[in-house]
Amino acid sequence: MLRIACPYCGTRDHEEFSYFGDATQAYPDLGVENHDAWVSTVYTRPNPRGIHSEFWQHTLGCRRWLVVKRHTVTHDIESVVPAAQRSVA
Amino acid sequence: MNAPHTAQGGKQRIASGGRIDRSKPLTFTLDGSPFQGFAGDTLASTLLAHNVHLVGRSFKYHRPRGILGSGVEEPNALFTLGDGGTREPNIAATTTELEQGLRARTQNAWPSVSLDFMAINSLLSPVFVAGFYYKTFMGPTRKAWMLYEHFIRKAAGLGASVADFDIHRYDYHNDYVDVLVIGSGAAGLAAALQAARAGADVMLVEQDFELGGALLNCPAASAQAQCLAHMLQEIKATGRVRLFTRSSAFGIYDGNTVGVIERSAPGIADPDFGVPRQRMRTVRAKAIVMACGAIERPLVFGGNDKPAVMLSSAVGAYVNRYAVAPGRRALFCVNNDAAYADAMSLAQSGAQVQLVDLRPTTAPALLTAANSVGITVHHGSAITQVSGFQRANTVRIEGFDSNTGRVMGGAAHHEVDLVAMSGGWTPTVHLTSHRNVKPVYRSDIACFVPGAFDRAQFGAGSMVGEQTWDGAIASGWTAGAQAAGVLSLHSSGDAPTLQDGFGMAFVPAGPLRSDQSGGKLFVDFQHDVTVDDVELAHREGYVSVEHLKRYTTLGMGTDQGKTSNLNGMGVMATARGLDVSLAGTTTFRPPYTPAALGALAGRNVRGHFQPERLTAMHDWHLAHGGVKMEAGYWLRTLWYRTHGATLSEAYKAEMEFVREAVGIADTSTLGKIDVQGPDAAEFLDRVYVNGYSKLAIGKARYGFMLREDGIVMDDGTTTRISETQFFMTTTTAQAAKVMSHLEFLLQVVWPELRVTVASVTDQWAAMSIAGPRTREVLQAAFPHLDFADASLPFMGLLDTHGNGPLEGVALRILRLTFSGELAYEIFVPTHHGLAVWEHLMAAGKPWQLRPYGLEALGSLRIEKGHVVGSEMDGRTTLGDMGAGRMASQTKDFWGKALSHSPHLQKPDRPSLVGLEAVDPAQPPSNGSILFFADDAIQGHGRGHVTSTTFSKTVGKAIALGLLQGGTAHVGQEVVAASPATGRQYRLRVVEPCFIDPQGVRYRV
Repeated sequence: MLRIACPYCGTRDHEEFSYFGDATQAYPDLGVENHDAWVSTVYTRPNPRGIHSEFWQHTLGCRRWLVVKRHTVTHDIESVVPAAQRSVA
Repeated sequence: MNAPHTAQGGKQRIASGGRIDRSKPLTFTLDGSPFQGFAGDTLASTLLAHNVHLVGRSFKYHRPRGILGSGVEEPNALFTLGDGGTREPNIAATTTELEQGLRARTQNAWPSVSLDFMAINSLLSPVFVAGFYYKTFMGPTRKAWMLYEHFIRKAAGLGASVADFDIHRYDYHNDYVDVLVIGSGAAGLAAALQAARAGADVMLVEQDFELGGALLNCPAASAQAQCLAHMLQEIKATGRVRLFTRSSAFGIYDGNTVGVIERSAPGIADPDFGVPRQRMRTVRAKAIVMACGAIERPLVFGGNDKPAVMLSSAVGAYVNRYAVAPGRRALFCVNNDAAYADAMSLAQSGAQVQLVDLRPTTAPALLTAANSVGITVHHGSAITQVSGFQRANTVRIEGFDSNTGRVMGGAAHHEVDLVAMSGGWTPTVHLTSHRNVKPVYRSDIACFVPGAFDRAQFGAGSMVGEQTWDGAIASGWTAGAQAAGVLSLHSSGDAPTLQDGFGMAFVPAGPLRSDQSGGKLFVDFQHDVTVDDVELAHREGYVSVEHLKRYTTLGMGTDQGKTSNLNGMGVMATARGLDVSLAGTTTFRPPYTPAALGALAGRNVRGHFQPERLTAMHDWHLAHGGVKMEAGYWLRTLWYRTHGATLSEAYKAEMEFVREAVGIADTSTLGKIDVQGPDAAEFLDRVYVNGYSKLAIGKARYGFMLREDGIVMDDGTTTRISETQFFMTTTTAQAAKVMSHLEFLLQVVWPELRVTVASVTDQWAAMSIAGPRTREVLQAAFPHLDFADASLPFMGLLDTHGNGPLEGVALRILRLTFSGELAYEIFVPTHHGLAVWEHLMAAGKPWQLRPYGLEALGSLRIEKGHVVGSEMDGRTTLGDMGAGRMASQTKDFWGKALSHSPHLQKPDRPSLVGLEAVDPAQPPSNGSILFFADDAIQGHGRGHVTSTTFSKTVGKAIALGLLQGGTAHVGQEVVAASPATGRQYRLRVVEPCFIDPQGVRYRV
């Protein structure tokens, strides 16, 4: 049972959230000329044994998208920030 | 099994002492025979009080079995309790509190445990070795497995599973605590006391019905008993410790979360009043102390599985805690000092006791103490054989050299009525194993201890290898302080002390085999695994501990190897010539002891298994013959019994009246999202492949949205309500995903856009009215509104209100069609949904308006070639759907870049076609693989069938599918082959629209 400290709602059980994977990538402009950048964003993600920066949405709470830094081996959560504040690669 | 019912509670009952309450006699029945005991007894102690040892038959060989232990480690004494809706198989008699009127039954024996016909398996035992099934049912006899399996299933297993509904209630509870202490033995109580004194809020869980752990098994006048009473008093005085008995910590999970199942005391549970039988507690602790104790190991000698062969500590427990002497002429065989206390307790109750010590000497003080209560001690000796019919009565002792571990011969025989054995103690490391921590071997105590503890988790007592009372208390004290330290709480003060007079000298012991040993030496009692089985596994190459476990089933029973793992691993290590520390260990997983599924389900059973989402017209459908179907959490009406006796009849009838007259369907489950803001139009332009910013107010547009990788995510119709407000619909299945997607785009990708989105799925009821007579019905229902084609054209919106009986009811009426007929979607606020539906039904009577269900709705759209999730299955592109031209060339949208990836643009991708049945006349099964006429029917084929139905209008079975080359193959025959059923269908490829391709019917 992970406990996630939602910046808006406080610490809640992970069951209130939905997991959406890697959050390290920036999203390019939508145009077709950025095809290769989109390939990199969608398909090339780090897969660390260690701290992983990932999206969770508080779907059963405030509906805000968050970025969680979680250790993929111990599941220790280092930080939780609103998604807009994430740092990208 | 018929033992006398005596007022004293059994002829083996000791006249005084024990922790039972002799003022409260209680009786239970076993196989119909009554046995009287007292409050504080278990079923096992009650049976032993009446000199009953034979309680079951073993798993494979159906050998007679007796009570081995006194706690959770019990492998043999498993009963079925209760009847019907309360029946529970495989319950250990050693941990079941005696309760008035409890009905228990022995298992795995027919007609009775004393006369069991299946014991014939014992004669076949040379064949039933490890790997028997695997070796026998191979090759030419493999087909015979299906026949043998029928009989094997009847003979296999211990208890029989239950088919009745469990009538009991189970509850759940969430606990948030500073410190959780698991175990109430000396170490656990010390930890709880120390943590509480430091100021922590402590929860202590104990699986037994009394607190004290092994302290409960010491004589009443002992220092241990006094220490227990003292510590409990001190703990209660802190006012900071919540004590839970009958509460098993069955598993430990991420985030310092522990699963505990709390059982109610006898007589409390009441299914009629909803008083739960068990409560599942999810405990989230800031720090955890594990004081789970240790379990005594059996010794391995011939006949060690016979009834009246017991663990030494169990004998001590029965004497001191339950005032029961399991025998009066006992022989103990031990390899350590601690077991002497058990022998002395039994001797002091009046029994004749001999003790055989594997070691060459005993500490003088201990020897003197033993002799002083009349125990004869034989050194350097071991039991090599126990014999007796259905109960141990003769023991063979031979010389033993503990330096070499070899039996030296020189046999002597003794007559006994009880054998007690102690091979040392195995720490209960299970909870650390749940955290994937491998145990480490300590050669000084010849056992495995936990390798490490997670942060904020600590171990104490015999679980971490402490072998003395004092050591256990001191380690508990330290662990409690460390746990409090996690919360930055500190205490000082000294731990209680408890001196015992004995040391802990000990010598490891492997199988005690002599040249004269015949018969079986058991390692795993519950699964009938012998030393021979382990050595066979080694000979056949199954030497890894993981293979050993699965090949022999060692440790795979309900006891999870509590008395067998280490002995089995020891035999394998010896066979491999390895030190046991290098042989490896298997991983224990939750639950530590069996957990009732009811406790894990809690209240989420039957109708509460998952939420039910009902539309506003739900009851109306049921009252009018609607047959429901689950669509996610929604209950949707699939068909109506008023239209046919079967689904197949009804949907065809419903399709017919929709195409020829008028029908109405409940479409409330579709996702609906309100999109508002100054940038709402711009936002929708980026979300959809087609344009919305130029959509006129009061107009709707059908659109697709893509995933980031260019694959189609969903389709829907979005209507412009005002300059800055749009009303979006999605499919039922994708509503939640689309909502999250929109929120993602607005919060993460384009936070600068001024748009808010709100899910309004539950706020609007929706109904789809369709058919040539629709306009007449609507005009009759809403005479104040104008439904003429010019006033409400195709894809137009009427955003208005009802009048008369529906005065003030908001109505959003969209003219769009899914069925291909003239049709309108009517959205009303949910609380008015039923009223509007009934109003329409009444207004539609002259034109025979009838309701139609999901099956008909789905079939009507197949006739029109409208795609749904079967076509938009997460692998298909816009081009695959035949909708490539919908993608805007002048604006960018989410997914556009990757939709141009080479692999998504390949010309041979399967794309949407229509299919008509040629032969046979039935619809092809959904998912059938498509092949061209001259293809061999093998491999991945050319595509697959996505949706199928029977079309009366077309006059044959039809389908939609995805086919390589798509509509370039119109007119050609293809074959649909179903690998699941082996059937094949000949189909003709046609355009994916079977009715009115020009769209004349819905534009009138």
